[in-house]
Amino acid sequence: MSEVAAPFLAATIRTATPLALAALGEVLVERTGMINLGLEGAILSGAFGALVGATSGGVAGGYLGAIVGGTVVALLFVLFVVWLRADQIITGTALTLLSLGATGTLYRTLYGTGGAALVLHTSAPYPVPGLASIPLVGAALFAQPPITYFTYALVPLVAWLVSHTHLGLALRAIGEQPEAAAAAGVHVQRLRVAAALSGGVLGGLAGGTLVIAQAGTFAEGMSSGRGFIAIAIVVLGRWRPIGVALAALVFGAASALQFAFQTMGWHAPYQLFLAVPYLLTLAGLAGAAGRARPPTALGRTR
Amino acid sequence: MLSSKSLFVLLLYGVVLLASLVLLLLAGGYPAGAALSALWYGSVGSWYAFTSATLVRAIPLMLTGCAVAIAFRAGLFNIGAEGQLIAGATASTAIALAMPHGGPATTIVALMAGAATGALWAGIAAILRARFGVLEVISTIMLNFVALHAVSYLVRGPLQEPTHVYPQSSSLADGLHLARLPGSGRLHLGLLIALALLGGSGWAFRHTAAGFRMLAVGISSSAAECAGQVNIARTTRNAFIASGAVAGLAGAVEVLGVTFALYENLSPGYGYTAIAVALLAGLDPWRIVLSATLFGALEAGAGAMQRDAGVPSTLVSVIEALIILAIVAAQALHWNVRTFVRQRTSVTAPERLPS
Repeated sequence: MSEVAAPFLAATIRTATPLALAALGEVLVERTGMINLGLEGAILSGAFGALVGATSGGVAGGYLGAIVGGTVVALLFVLFVVWLRADQIITGTALTLLSLGATGTLYRTLYGTGGAALVLHTSAPYPVPGLASIPLVGAALFAQPPITYFTYALVPLVAWLVSHTHLGLALRAIGEQPEAAAAAGVHVQRLRVAAALSGGVLGGLAGGTLVIAQAGTFAEGMSSGRGFIAIAIVVLGRWRPIGVALAALVFGAASALQFAFQTMGWHAPYQLFLAVPYLLTLAGLAGAAGRARPPTALGRTR
Repeated sequence: MLSSKSLFVLLLYGVVLLASLVLLLLAGGYPAGAALSALWYGSVGSWYAFTSATLVRAIPLMLTGCAVAIAFRAGLFNIGAEGQLIAGATASTAIALAMPHGGPATTIVALMAGAATGALWAGIAAILRARFGVLEVISTIMLNFVALHAVSYLVRGPLQEPTHVYPQSSSLADGLHLARLPGSGRLHLGLLIALALLGGSGWAFRHTAAGFRMLAVGISSSAAECAGQVNIARTTRNAFIASGAVAGLAGAVEVLGVTFALYENLSPGYGYTAIAVALLAGLDPWRIVLSATLFGALEAGAGAMQRDAGVPSTLVSVIEALIILAIVAAQALHWNVRTFVRQRTSVTAPERLPS
């Protein structure tokens, strides 16, 4: 049993970490009434930024590059959506397309098209003394790269921020009634900028996690829809940080099923397993409908 | 159909596009002269390049652009033209392989199967929206990935060619191919299909009740419901299905006219480029002919640039994204200026109250 369960749990956490990071950022963004489909682009740019940073600055440089990559996309989103008040859906889609093209072009320009993929020093798992030796779950939960522990800490932090601080109250007010919030003296634009930038930083870190803590290299389009899945996870988690973390775990578990099946010797075509996360998202969204209420002003241009 | 003003705007975008391309080339340290010359000769520099490269690529863009325009006009963000195209290509291939000895009738059945499957694929998102309130942006994107993985499985499983070496289907029999247009290389009948569909939907938007209902729902669904007794749910569903059918047809046309087999990377992202095509044309079916040709030329030229000047073809995505961003920014600025003027010229009650 444990030879299946332990790798399964570890794979669950591994898949869930970048999704949870990106989705936590998107919670902040959506709570202020914006939906950022450029999140996919932010993750991809973060991944590319991590590659550039890590080739010169190691793990720390990689995460710094990831933050820069995600922030650049978020800044563009701010420019178009917050300042110009352009359509959020189209802007987000265009930003994802832009990131896809720009990272692909830069990657081929800087590192050439042919030849082997670059291999980076990955961020090694850091077993937490004591906790990592808990039977069954210890190694899966507490022998992970540091970014995973950062994510563990971020979940309650964001939950507290949203529900128990004045700042969180202001964020939620903007998402429900921006005009009323403004009338009550909340800086609507300033907070939306802050939320969008936080979303960009976390999206970038999610991309950085893929490169630095998991793949150890960059591939064009490697975000492969994680940004869109993260947006779906925000809906599944009902716009609440704890719920979002749980939804990310459920999602990670479903994706990890393929590893478990392989270990148990089941032979199903792996292409079909690759489609499972997307089908699961659709099923989850259909199931979550009606019971969850999005922020009232979500997606509204003006 | 085309006023001189809209032609001017298109021309303006063309100039902006070219200028940004040159800037990007220079920034990347590529030989701009050689690249632009490759772009020219690969796209419109010769009759062969124009017909066999540019127009052949413009056909799927015209069809998917039309699909996106129908959906956007009805207020639906169908980002799933890519998945619907793939679904249509798959069904069309399966039908054509099942009936290898048929003539033109089989080709027509295969085209219709493509359109029907595209409509079905879009129908999933339509049902999810109508029954469960799932945002169609997310659902159509998810369905794109599902379609991609499903094809990836099919060409290694049930639809794989008999030797089981290559991840693709068998080639379609010659008798099923769409006819080539005389004197124009690889250009095929799909061009006429696309033009007819664009003309037809342009006409339908202007002259039919169904087209008008879609426009009304797209502009303001609540107003359409109040004033015109329009059935919002049915209109939305019809728009979704029409959009999916056209995108599915694009896939069928691509298989029957260009690739003659199903394989994974059948579409280099036509369904995503279609968003730029439709927006650049202002969602007007007739202008999509021009914008699709422009993007077809760009994609054909990008291939030549990569071959001859070593410029990554992904640069096209950057250009497309910049065009979309330029359009939404222009629209937003236009709106902002108008409201600014309106606010300045009318004094409303709250402004006169002491604060």
